[in-house]
Amino acid sequence: MANLKTAEKKTKAQSMGMHTETLTGKTQQKFFNPDEAENFFYWGTFDVDFNKRTNLDVKDLDCKQANGKIDELMSQGYGTIVIKNPQGKHSLGVGILNKLNLIFEGSLGYFGVGSIDGPIVRVNGRVGWSCAENMMAGKVVIEKNAGSCFGAAIRGGDLICKGSVGARTGIDQKGGTIIIGGDAGAFTGFMMQRGRIVILGDVGINLGDSMYDGTIYVGGKIGSFGSDAVESPMTKDDIDWLKRKLKVAEIGENFDVSKMTKVVAGKKLWNYDALEPTEKKGAI
Amino acid sequence: MAKKKNKKKKVKVSAKEVKGQLGKKKESAREKMIGQTIGYRYDVNLLPDYKRLTPFLKKYIEHMGWDDLNWLEDVHMGYEEDRPAVFDRNANGWVTIPKKIKLPNNQQDRDMIARELLVKFQMSPNHPLVDLKKAYRKF
Repeated sequence: MANLKTAEKKTKAQSMGMHTETLTGKTQQKFFNPDEAENFFYWGTFDVDFNKRTNLDVKDLDCKQANGKIDELMSQGYGTIVIKNPQGKHSLGVGILNKLNLIFEGSLGYFGVGSIDGPIVRVNGRVGWSCAENMMAGKVVIEKNAGSCFGAAIRGGDLICKGSVGARTGIDQKGGTIIIGGDAGAFTGFMMQRGRIVILGDVGINLGDSMYDGTIYVGGKIGSFGSDAVESPMTKDDIDWLKRKLKVAEIGENFDVSKMTKVVAGKKLWNYDALEPTEKKGAI
Repeated sequence: MAKKKNKKKKVKVSAKEVKGQLGKKKESAREKMIGQTIGYRYDVNLLPDYKRLTPFLKKYIEHMGWDDLNWLEDVHMGYEEDRPAVFDRNANGWVTIPKKIKLPNNQQDRDMIARELLVKFQMSPNHPLVDLKKAYRKF
């Protein structure tokens, strides 16, 4: 347990107004090296060229073989891969930690493009449950509809569905942005902790139930608010951000974002203020 | 009897300096709205100001083929051990900013520096996950 001190001398972080309490305790003591070289890809991944394009027919491959083949093509420097005949197979395109243009000509089954960190993915058909589950970074565009748990536990990146999505969209979301062009089902934003969900259409019952933080913007009707989800006024920053993001998402460019409903956590379920500063430290 | 002139000295408060600095007497708009102080180390809902992008970040966005900061929109400068630090989700720990780096007195600019340093750190062959990958990588 860290100690709470009342030292008179202010630290650098305190003097900048970043916090008031003085904390000491366990830390990993990792420091940035400001002289680190410029490098845009993770160790063990591949520097691919977007202009190098190839097709991959996965009709006779299972998901493990197909994912292995995508990895092999990236190792050869292919930066644009078009997947033919995905035929609703499950868990396709998962675990890609690379920059890549990945295009699926067809529909995906459940857990498609999960745990990705970086690629730009386009699915010309539909997707099943839990598409882009645990996504870390990148951009995923679904041209048609998506199943339940769309973007479950995503941590970063932009996840876009031009059609409608099922229930529990963005469940346990920890960051990133989910944008829905159509309607969303019940329990959208259930237990979300961070990030943003934008729904241009209607949304079902219990919106943002038990949400801890983050923001939900709804363009249509709201079935009902979930526990501790409350309406909040739209600000200029919200409007500017929404306009820019909808352009990035390739949908709703002409949508009147100023009339959207903004939903945030009421924080009645929060107990941070009752915590010791040292406990706050670990609660990020 | 002559009236005493009580001229109050006007104290100029720079809005720029106070904006975005949590823990100061002046609460952020969001804190006022929710009626509580924010328990995080930074405002998780602070949207980035794209006018303040660093040249490195512009290059990174272009290299990745993205339209904006993407996942880095959620990265902010926090603090650890009373020093400015950034949370590295891959290593699941705070990475401290060395003392020799001078930080601007503005949360938006500090966040941009945090983003740049975090990308450099994560992509470095010295990142703590590299050893783990070497040892446990299955494919």
